[in-house]
Amino acid sequence: MYKQVMATAIVAAGLWSGVAAAADLTLYSGRGESFVRPIVQQFERDSGLSVDVRYGGTSELAVLLQEEGSRTPADLFWGQDAGAMGALARAGLLAQLPEGIYENLPDIYTSRTGEWVATSGRARVLAYSPERSPEAEHPESVFDLVNEEFRGRVSVAPTNGSFQAFVTAMRVEYGDERTLEWLEGLRANDAQVYRNNTTQVIAIAEGEVDYAMVNNYYLPRFTGDNPDYPVRQKFLQPGDIGNMVNVAGIAMLDASDNSDAAIQFIEYLLTQSAQQYFTSVVNEYSVRSDVISNPDLTDLSEVLDNAPVIDLDDLADLDGTLDLLREAGWL
Amino acid sequence: MFYLHQVIDLTAAATNHARLVRRRVPPYVLWPSVLVIVLMALPLFYMFLRAFQADWETVQRLVFRPRNLDLMINTLRLMFGVTALCTVIALPLAWLVAKTDLPGRRWVTLLAVMPLAVPGYVMAYALLSVGGFHGVSAQWFDIRLPRIQGYWGATIALALYTFPYLFLNLRAALYGLDANLEESAASLGYSRWQILRSVTLPHLLPALLAGWLVILLYTLGDFGAIALMRYEVFSYAIYTQYSGATDRIYAAWLSLMLLSLALCFVAIEALVVHKKKYARTGSGAARQAPLFRLGLWAIPAWLFVIAVALVSLGLPATILTYWLLLSPPDISFFMDVPVTFLKSASAAIPAAVIAALLAIPVAYLSVRYPSRLSAAVERAAYIGYSIPPLTLGLALVFFALHSAQFLYQTLPLLILGWIMATLALAIGPIRSSLLQTRPNLEESAQSLGHSPLSTFVRVVMPRLRRGVVTGVVLVFVFLMKELPITFMLAPTGYDTLAVTVFTRTSEGMYAEAAPFAAAIVVFSSLTVALMLSNEGKR
Repeated sequence: MYKQVMATAIVAAGLWSGVAAAADLTLYSGRGESFVRPIVQQFERDSGLSVDVRYGGTSELAVLLQEEGSRTPADLFWGQDAGAMGALARAGLLAQLPEGIYENLPDIYTSRTGEWVATSGRARVLAYSPERSPEAEHPESVFDLVNEEFRGRVSVAPTNGSFQAFVTAMRVEYGDERTLEWLEGLRANDAQVYRNNTTQVIAIAEGEVDYAMVNNYYLPRFTGDNPDYPVRQKFLQPGDIGNMVNVAGIAMLDASDNSDAAIQFIEYLLTQSAQQYFTSVVNEYSVRSDVISNPDLTDLSEVLDNAPVIDLDDLADLDGTLDLLREAGWL
Repeated sequence: MFYLHQVIDLTAAATNHARLVRRRVPPYVLWPSVLVIVLMALPLFYMFLRAFQADWETVQRLVFRPRNLDLMINTLRLMFGVTALCTVIALPLAWLVAKTDLPGRRWVTLLAVMPLAVPGYVMAYALLSVGGFHGVSAQWFDIRLPRIQGYWGATIALALYTFPYLFLNLRAALYGLDANLEESAASLGYSRWQILRSVTLPHLLPALLAGWLVILLYTLGDFGAIALMRYEVFSYAIYTQYSGATDRIYAAWLSLMLLSLALCFVAIEALVVHKKKYARTGSGAARQAPLFRLGLWAIPAWLFVIAVALVSLGLPATILTYWLLLSPPDISFFMDVPVTFLKSASAAIPAAVIAALLAIPVAYLSVRYPSRLSAAVERAAYIGYSIPPLTLGLALVFFALHSAQFLYQTLPLLILGWIMATLALAIGPIRSSLLQTRPNLEESAQSLGHSPLSTFVRVVMPRLRRGVVTGVVLVFVFLMKELPITFMLAPTGYDTLAVTVFTRTSEGMYAEAAPFAAAIVVFSSLTVALMLSNEGKR
């Protein structure tokens, strides 16, 4: 038996050293694996560096990074929204990026203080079921969703970073009291809980809900495969908070022990080829103007015409939003 | 898992086999056992520490939050539903196998145990793929069914995975039932129905309760199935709180509430079972009653068996085939499976070996030196098994962040959590082998001049071989599909098969999850079959 135990131990140790070898970079990704994995693999092939990725919710990872503080193994944080980036910058956990990275980008795509940079832009939209909700019945504003005619027909993803950033924006625009009232109204109106944007789009197709507040790039994944996919999306009335434009952003942790490689990764995400991937495959808005635009996407200028005017740097109070969601019974 | 009923029956075993005169416990048995108690107590201590950091007012606000009541009601509903459904499936199956002349009973046992190979989250994955736009029913048969989810989805997924535990317990109890009891009742003028009610069922009670307890604890602790089914119960709330709030006091309090609920059930089971005596008191051997003749009733009986097997085994197999056929013909897609398998194994092997090694002194202490200490050690090991896994994970996170930073987000911490959760599983078979070796062997060795240590190494250990190997296998299989603890404690980049299935399913990537889910099912079926054949040899 001892021989067997020894042999098992040796095999395990061998496996272990093979598997547990630390990667060159550790990335915490609040973005879904389906979008992140291809580009990370491409980076590994091109640079010869290895990257370990921890997937999780954007706010989940932001909370984790705050808990870990300077001891975090993470070098990079790639979040789904600017608010979480701002919260981490405010907590002093992010390193200053070299100016060269962001100096050529439009203002909307960088933080005022240079701690994070956008990797892509996206808009919030209203997804709906063309079968069960005719045009005339559509809400004009997210505030309409608490009305009786939408009882049980709306979905919400309270743990999702983009939804939370949208709630933060609502707080900035309308104040905590109004936002809480809206969140409680949704709860009372029997809004259904889902985990993320993808599952909400699927829920509409499945007939479980009729409306969802989601990011613009999820539906094209489905309609690309199948143009008859029974979900459509649209903007609410111009300037509505439900049309807000946000960014996915990346930042380097102050505690990173491999800042050269980390910067290399950030620069890689901003290269023309990576940006082309975000536009063509992920259906997001590129931060560069020299990529071929995606015919499935609404023109960026039209998106900006519909969007409310919000400074993404004001969305840093993630804790306040989480408290509010908790108070309304969503978390 | 076949040893669970033994694990649960702690107190009984502790009093048996007290043959050796009370002696001083050798240090190489004592200290590892004490270590077990410390190991189990430490994280719980940190959990309390964290929970009571809050001032009284906050505590009141958190504990008496109306949402907790909703969560409690949902949790209890789920537990009731799963237990009821399990009983409806397992009781007839066990009766058919143990008490009737149903042809092919061995196959029924196999069909009733195999669902253990399909973990709750894989079952949930399968159920979610039945209905809906992309579902099997729509794509293959052009019938669009609603998706099975929420309360019913979670209940069905958990019941189909856990009913074998109840089946095994009931089958053992029915086999052990002494025919004389039922016959005496009949001779005293009891009708068949009265016998069933006042003799057979009460004697099944301990087995029912023990089986129910396993199912209840599993349901309380489950994370994967309920999260995929979007049914909000305590364990899911713990996870959202843990991941969604900078201050984790609420998560700690929810964990404590869940823990007390679990311990309540353990206590109730212990009270009910151990107060009553069900053993034979007369002399002579227990005798099996003649088998119930089914006659033509064998046909509906087999139809029932087939229906259960179709849902619990046929459904996941069909769904996995469906998604595998749909998945992209990209070979790299399947190449990730063996890599992930090895990753899972690289931590599961050391955890299983250490758990079994640690279980040896614990089992030895309880069998050869029964005392308050040995009972406490066994109970401590059992606590690790009954704590809801998310609670255990959270406690270890608190522990690492507070006092063992170097362990935080490392494989050793995950392995520690796994060992705590599975130690009780490893103790069962090792104790069984110990009970089969007679203490006078050891006494003879010592009288021939061997020191106690040399006796332990040369006489006891070789006889434990089979038990230890079984223990390692049990723990290893359990860990290869373990989800909640891994989800909480795994270091960055350490994605096991289970975690991959879960995260991809929750992102709606069903086809991408399929090869990993298939790997889990194939692997666990092999081991379940292996154990069944092992059982047959005994």
